[in-house]
Amino acid sequence: MALTKIKTRPKDGNTEILVLVNHPMETGQREDKKTKKKIPAHFIQNLSIDLNGKTVANVDMGVAVSKDPLVAVAVKGAKKGDKVKVSWSDNKGEKGGADAVVG
Amino acid sequence: MNSINRRTFLKGTVAGSVLAVAASAGLLTPTRVLAAAWPAPAFDAKSIDDALKALYGTSAVADSKDIKIKAPIQAENGAVVPIAVSSGLANVEAIAILVAGNNQPLVSNVNLGAGAIGYFSARMKMGKTSDVKVVVKSGGKLHMASQQIKVTVGGCGG
Repeated sequence: MALTKIKTRPKDGNTEILVLVNHPMETGQREDKKTKKKIPAHFIQNLSIDLNGKTVANVDMGVAVSKDPLVAVAVKGAKKGDKVKVSWSDNKGEKGGADAVVG
Repeated sequence: MNSINRRTFLKGTVAGSVLAVAASAGLLTPTRVLAAAWPAPAFDAKSIDDALKALYGTSAVADSKDIKIKAPIQAENGAVVPIAVSSGLANVEAIAILVAGNNQPLVSNVNLGAGAIGYFSARMKMGKTSDVKVVVKSGGKLHMASQQIKVTVGGCGG
């Protein structure tokens, strides 16, 4: 199952929010070497990052984002204990997400 | 007394129906820039210009020195090329990463809300050596920076 991990760290006086999702990110262009059939596309289309209930970043992705996407954004003025919420959805309608606090 | 009631009642219904029409036409829905649906035409676009038009409605971009791209000059594995973009431009609304040499150039686009600064990093796939273009939307205008990344092994095929 797709695992979502969130990490926060200070970065130049701001707070960097890193999100890692275990996801195959299939392009739909690859071929199964044994069956010679195309592997259907399966990729995350949208990932949103909320800080204290407000969306700070909404990432739209295509198939060219690497397998197990790692994306990062940075916010200013985040305090220790602030709530980070991540939710994503892929082209097959699967959804996932995670919660974390700024540490 | 009766007629006054009738008057207010009529006024109320007219106003109410106008409101309903306005709401159904989408005039009253708050602007939902951040929660827009996945922009399929932008990701399907075969050229950078088309992708930008589908994303932002224009492909007019100006080169900017206020965008920094942190990415390898040479990537050994095209399946995982890290890239980090930071911009000193004020009020960055969106950052898009495009790979000129990929069949569909648009890799990712992030819409930033209040509180976020002009920074975005991700890992992308590159089929071959090509220019990577970063477009930053700030103050309603598009700014661009570019860097060539050499790819030893492409990361799009099998």
